Amino acid sequence: MSQLPSDHDHWLVRPATIRKLWWIFGTILALTVAAQLFVPVHGYFGVDEWIGFNAGYGFLTCVAMVVFAKLLGFVLKRPAGYYKVPSRLSPNISDDINDDQT
Amino acid sequence: MIEFVLPPAFAMIIGALLIGVARPALRPLIALATPLVTLYFIWQVGDGIQQTATFLGYEVQLVEGSDVRRLFATIFAIMAFGGVLFAFRQSKWWELTAALLYAAGAIGVSFAGDLLVMFLFWEFMALFSTVVVWCGGTDAARAAGIRYAIVHLFGGIILKIGIEGMMVHTGSIEITALTLNSLDAWLIFIGVLINAAAPPISAWLADAYPESTPMGGVFLSAFTTKTAVLALWLLFPGQPLLIWIGLYMIFYGIIYALLENDMRRILSYSIVNQVGFMVTAIGIGTELALNGAAAHAFTHIIYKALLFMSAGAVLYQTGKRKCSELGGLFRTMPLTTICGTIGALAISAFPFTSGFVSKSMISSAAANDHLTLIWFALIAASAGVFLHAGIKFPWLVFFQKDSGLRPPDPPWNMRIAMILFAIGCIALGVFPGLLYGLLPYPVEYVPYTADHVLTQLQLLLFAGLAFFVLLPLMKRTDTLSLDWDWLWRRALPALIGAIDGRARAARLAFNAVAMKLGSNWIRFIRHKPGMYFSSRSPMGHTALWMAVLLGAVTLLAMVQGGS
Repeated sequence: MSQLPSDHDHWLVRPATIRKLWWIFGTILALTVAAQLFVPVHGYFGVDEWIGFNAGYGFLTCVAMVVFAKLLGFVLKRPAGYYKVPSRLSPNISDDINDDQT
Repeated sequence: MIEFVLPPAFAMIIGALLIGVARPALRPLIALATPLVTLYFIWQVGDGIQQTATFLGYEVQLVEGSDVRRLFATIFAIMAFGGVLFAFRQSKWWELTAALLYAAGAIGVSFAGDLLVMFLFWEFMALFSTVVVWCGGTDAARAAGIRYAIVHLFGGIILKIGIEGMMVHTGSIEITALTLNSLDAWLIFIGVLINAAAPPISAWLADAYPESTPMGGVFLSAFTTKTAVLALWLLFPGQPLLIWIGLYMIFYGIIYALLENDMRRILSYSIVNQVGFMVTAIGIGTELALNGAAAHAFTHIIYKALLFMSAGAVLYQTGKRKCSELGGLFRTMPLTTICGTIGALAISAFPFTSGFVSKSMISSAAANDHLTLIWFALIAASAGVFLHAGIKFPWLVFFQKDSGLRPPDPPWNMRIAMILFAIGCIALGVFPGLLYGLLPYPVEYVPYTADHVLTQLQLLLFAGLAFFVLLPLMKRTDTLSLDWDWLWRRALPALIGAIDGRARAARLAFNAVAMKLGSNWIRFIRHKPGMYFSSRSPMGHTALWMAVLLGAVTLLAMVQGGS
């Protein structure tokens, strides 16, 4: 089954649509920060009342988590079959006799 | 006046067993009716101790009602109904029976009036959840089920020792708030936490759940961890240690889900993450926090079941479970895409979804208690939930690159189950009063204020921006991530293997020496025994054995004479 050319693909994944979606997404992001000029935020700790605090905090903590996960991945990631290992226990005791005869 | 009330758990057990003996045509009907009948009995349970029984000579409290107990039992029954609806045309009847018995265990724990009854239903759950894992039917499911059972039976033993100690030392096995001032309380604490997937014994969850059938995963997502949350809620409210355990679970879930490729394993890690929110709230322990924990358990069961349904639908239709092999399914599975996305938005606590009205109670409780560090951690975690479950799951499964797969939406019963639970996610988000009315403490909390909606949107949308900006860093790899279970899946077998290998070498060396010595001795006996007595062998033999007998008689006579 061959892949359809991109202009025949679903409208949602055409490059032109994706460019538009990025613009819309960017506008919404800007609006949520700008709206804070009109909606005063009642924070608990002071800093959380700053304009765009949640935006910056959300973005930066997510970057931190992704980078941390990436670094941890170098240490913790193993091939998918890592746990599929044969038993390490020695064979049955009856095998010992065979060992002796050889 | 004798009023007979059937314990709700028994209603469900009877229904589950009836499925097995009924004619095949009736089975779906019984399976669907059982959770609804059980729900009726749940709402008949009044406050306080309702029913006692005698068990092994003990007077046990079989059914005790309260707001929070009814809340958990209600959501367990709703969950069982949704699960059966999703599964009844695809699952084998014994999977439905096992799943309903598992749910019955959870409902039994919810109403358990004392620790003994709690323990019995606790083990009941362990038993039948293992069967649900085994229904996966593959070698991997069999092995994961055995590991799952070992962890839960081990946790059960710890819990049992704690309960017995409590019975011996205090004479009371009432379910009341305990303090960690004795070994017994600690053992109960640890036993319950093992079922909550708390560190370091949390790997069982992401190990076993993804090996179940597409339908089984829906049931597994709901009961075990949330009954543990209820047990912590009843036994250890306000225990500060739980805050830190919960925070660890929250970030553990996020980080491991970010590293994961299997779609249902991503969702499994996010169960640990969400239970972490509840555990943290129980640790904070104020009325708002405890309400938040109960509310979050309620909403979480619905949206996590919905997420497992959408992942199960994809698995059922494509047979593929790895994100690296999926993608682009929105073209032909629009309904699954929409329902999965609603679940993803709800888990991320997007405004006007159920997660928003429950999770914000927990972060507000932290703020009201001036737990600054914890509040900042919870807010970061909220962004992280959107990152790993809110976007990552739907993006990788339904959008991203086109995998070329063109499966249709799943069969009608799966579609209806998803639609109902998606409606539930939105209804609870839009009308939080539905949920707040069920909570144990009066609710003064108002989730929908302009600034709260705005800050939450900022947080989540910029987390979304971070996801798309960092997408190249999150390339899918066909790997697994080491967890604490490495200790008992690799290190312990290696250690035992090494000991066993050494022991074998020693045994062989000993055998060789013994054989050598023994054969020398036999050669001596057979060929040269009598050479001191006679030059002819038979004579020598006889003389030797005479000497031996004479020596023995002499020895016995001396012993006899000495006494």
